[in-house]
Amino acid sequence: MPTKNKIDRSKLMSVLWEIQRKKRCIGHDDISKVAQKFNMSRMELEGVVTFYHFYHKLDCGKFTIYLNDCIVSQFSGREKIQKTFEKATGVKVGHVSEDKMFGLFKTPCIGLSDQEPACLINFQPFINLTPEKVISIIAQLKNGKKPSEICDTPKSTIHYTPPKNKTVFFKPYTCFSSLKQLHKHSPEEIIDLVKESKLAGRGGAFFPTGLKWQFCRQNKSDVKYIICNADEGEPGTFKDRVLLEEHPELLIEGMIYAAYSVGASHGSIYLRAEYRYLVSKLEVILDDYRKKGYLGKGIKAKIPFDFDIYIHLGAGAYICGEETALIHSMEGKRGEPGTKEYFPVEKGFKGKPTIVNNVETLCAVPRIFEMGVDKWLQLGTEKTPGTKLLSVSGDCENKGIFEIEWGMNMQEFLKLVGAKNPKMIQFSGPSGDCLSEVDFNRNISGEDLICGGSVMIFNDQRDLMYILKSYSNFFVEESCGICVPCRTGNFLLNKKIDKLLLGHAEKKDLVDIIEWSKIIKTTSRCGLGQMSSNSLNDAIQKFPEIFERSLSENTDFNRAFNLDHAIEEYDKIINEMTSDYE
Amino acid sequence: MNKMVNLRLDGKTIKAQSGKNLVDVAKENGIYIPTLCYFRELNPLGTCRICTVKLNGKHTTGCTVKVADDMEVEVNTPELLDNRKAIIEMLYAEGNHFCPTCEKSGNCDMQNLAYDMGLTVTRYPHVFSDKIVDFNPKRMIMESNRCILCKRCVEEIKTKAGKDVFSFVQRGIKTRVHIDYEQEDKLSESEALHAMNICPVGAILVKGMIHEQPFGDRKYDLLGKNIIPKLLNSQVRKNENEKFIVATTSLAGCFGCHMSLLDIDTDILDIIEIVEFNKSPLTDIKSFTKQCHIGLIEGGCANSENVHVLQEFRKKCDILVAFGECAIMGGIPAMRNFVPLQECLEEAYLNGVTTEIGANVVPGHEDIPKLLNNVYPCNEVVKIDYYIPGCPPNAHHIWKVVKSILLGEEFSITHDEFKYD
Repeated sequence: MPTKNKIDRSKLMSVLWEIQRKKRCIGHDDISKVAQKFNMSRMELEGVVTFYHFYHKLDCGKFTIYLNDCIVSQFSGREKIQKTFEKATGVKVGHVSEDKMFGLFKTPCIGLSDQEPACLINFQPFINLTPEKVISIIAQLKNGKKPSEICDTPKSTIHYTPPKNKTVFFKPYTCFSSLKQLHKHSPEEIIDLVKESKLAGRGGAFFPTGLKWQFCRQNKSDVKYIICNADEGEPGTFKDRVLLEEHPELLIEGMIYAAYSVGASHGSIYLRAEYRYLVSKLEVILDDYRKKGYLGKGIKAKIPFDFDIYIHLGAGAYICGEETALIHSMEGKRGEPGTKEYFPVEKGFKGKPTIVNNVETLCAVPRIFEMGVDKWLQLGTEKTPGTKLLSVSGDCENKGIFEIEWGMNMQEFLKLVGAKNPKMIQFSGPSGDCLSEVDFNRNISGEDLICGGSVMIFNDQRDLMYILKSYSNFFVEESCGICVPCRTGNFLLNKKIDKLLLGHAEKKDLVDIIEWSKIIKTTSRCGLGQMSSNSLNDAIQKFPEIFERSLSENTDFNRAFNLDHAIEEYDKIINEMTSDYE
Repeated sequence: MNKMVNLRLDGKTIKAQSGKNLVDVAKENGIYIPTLCYFRELNPLGTCRICTVKLNGKHTTGCTVKVADDMEVEVNTPELLDNRKAIIEMLYAEGNHFCPTCEKSGNCDMQNLAYDMGLTVTRYPHVFSDKIVDFNPKRMIMESNRCILCKRCVEEIKTKAGKDVFSFVQRGIKTRVHIDYEQEDKLSESEALHAMNICPVGAILVKGMIHEQPFGDRKYDLLGKNIIPKLLNSQVRKNENEKFIVATTSLAGCFGCHMSLLDIDTDILDIIEIVEFNKSPLTDIKSFTKQCHIGLIEGGCANSENVHVLQEFRKKCDILVAFGECAIMGGIPAMRNFVPLQECLEEAYLNGVTTEIGANVVPGHEDIPKLLNNVYPCNEVVKIDYYIPGCPPNAHHIWKVVKSILLGEEFSITHDEFKYD
């Protein structure tokens, strides 16, 4: 369909954002107009709009409040905050006030887990909320203040960096200083150095970065793309936010290296909408790099090249952290993951070879060149050299960022963070591992316990089943819906957890959970479904006593079926109707 | 692309053209990989996941694999076979599939796969989510209850201007396929028919073209393979001298299954040689007088009395067999699960076309069983041991199953016997 290709669909999401921001919704007429402009059918566009939860088809209020719904927030007293918001604005969660002044919604983790309870109002951050603070915020908004005038600046709390010059990320950096390597090395040499450094994807998949770059370089194409994945959606992660706040220059230089190595001319930062407040700052720095000649046409290097970076804003979909889904999203489509028939380095953005790298991965590159690969290799462990950023939240003294050297013992780490009676530690987020005491002697490294970045600590007072239910809710909400094991499988597992919570479960229900999880894991299309049941199954293994407590022996009668409950509605209707007759 | 490569399929070494689709290569070599969404080699969709195989030890969909040298592919391991069955079951549990009333029955790819896999019941509880049937498009009907979101129509059906007619909207469990009315209007008659034909289930219908082909002569009516059912050894019972005792009941059903029971004609003489009936509409014995070996349940649970009877059966019968669509998944009565109870009552007693003019009373009395909020399949109330699908199941088939359970014999089911409708 040649006509379709002429219109650049990748602009679609920013056009939709523009409308959403101005009109507070993307209405019927707007959809028609935009569909016409992009030469799509109305329904196709509606499919895109309804995929992302920050796009609204109905007015979402002059002030749109998004309350963080993640488990850490719930344990920090979100309930009270929600009630205060509801009282102050006069609307229930999920609704918009009649005068269209306030819209109150829930959203999964907004990357502020160390400063909870937190919320976004028109995408401006408000942290460490208390009922009093909420009342004051709403009063100020009612008095005509703009959210941007009264919002907070999220803190970048860096609690720990390795001693004795072993710090990699969080130490001062002079802009442009590492870029002199561009004059020394050819693209191939850069790739070799990155390969030598054993740098691997820090988003959590740990695919060797150098290899990825090499594959992309090998694929001949007129255009290639570098995409920075700044869509960290894994609940409990906020390391990329802190990097973007503190060292955006590292990211830009990392992308310049990537572009130089693979021969890419276009770069994008796919920034999650939750971090929209970072855009203006990033734009300023990008401009700086353009002015100095490090971005744009004819960038000076051993082999001069063209490269520029643009920011692409997401619109609320966890799945877009998956690289093929992210690419589809950038192309203005529904953020559904691809079939893996091709890797992005073969056919990625707009069908061209594309690199998708995580923020932390790209930030590491200039640091490695700055310190030298040899010194980098001396840090950390054999498989995973260097340091790792961990976002720590939950029941501990020191919530925030920890830059640790790979290989640190869990016990030592827990002492550093000041964990209080830790019972369960969620490592790498809900799709990662659920750790108990037995794991506290393990080491955080590629050889033992690998971590994508999220560490949530729960003490012995927390209800494990409630935590698992919260994870499950998250996956049901965020499944893209393209394949049945993930779409419905997660929904059915969620119902099983309900059964456990209500005390209706029997031993065979636990067997079902384990078997069904295996089916979901092996048949799902992408990482979401393949990982979504991890923590539930881990928990069954590590905390059998908690499950046994809520299980009864197998019977021939389904205890979840409650006759009284099933006839309740009928009784009510009949009572109402018969009272009418009299 | 024409290079020949060697690969191993379930231990068999075969030669194939490099880059060819694995599903096709397997088929040419006599190994069947079931598919639902796969319908063209170019840009396979990989949405239905049924063709999941193990490639070099890792799970992936067969339809997205291009064969290459030295591939090691497992297709028919017990685990993979069960995975496929599980996915079909999940699709049945997720959608609202009432095969006996479906226009596509007999031409439906999913129904056929279910036959082939010997599916009698889903291991998952039915979701019964309310889905829309959209009659608004000029030429088509979109029956979301049956849609399995395979994406064939979304990818394949475009207007001459290249615009999509079908699109995915929403996400997760709420994902649906919607039709763009304006674009649908632009399709030619044959394009519309093509849309209906590529739909592997009965979700896309073209008005007036639905019953073109009579039931019985349809694509899958005459095809199929024989199925060996799994027999639970612990359930097998031998009884000396005494007869086997059987009870039957009809809950929220139409008694059609019981009618079918009687269709064995003179064979009943053989049966009463070994079987004695206790509580059953056939004997008119109203309450159990002794413990029974086997209980046959027709119909699902629609009211409080159904639940009591079913629970009583569970207690008094060693083995419970659900027979017929309604007992297994709620069947036709379960169609009311998408309508509020109040509306159901008003339709039945006040506003329906068959109610008397001036009717203004919904009967309510302590002797009248109370309607449940939903119609429940039997296995959501009590444990069911065996399932005999069909609407109704064939008489000989029912008795074959009962006899085999009682005598502990294995048997195979022919395709005709196993048909649901």
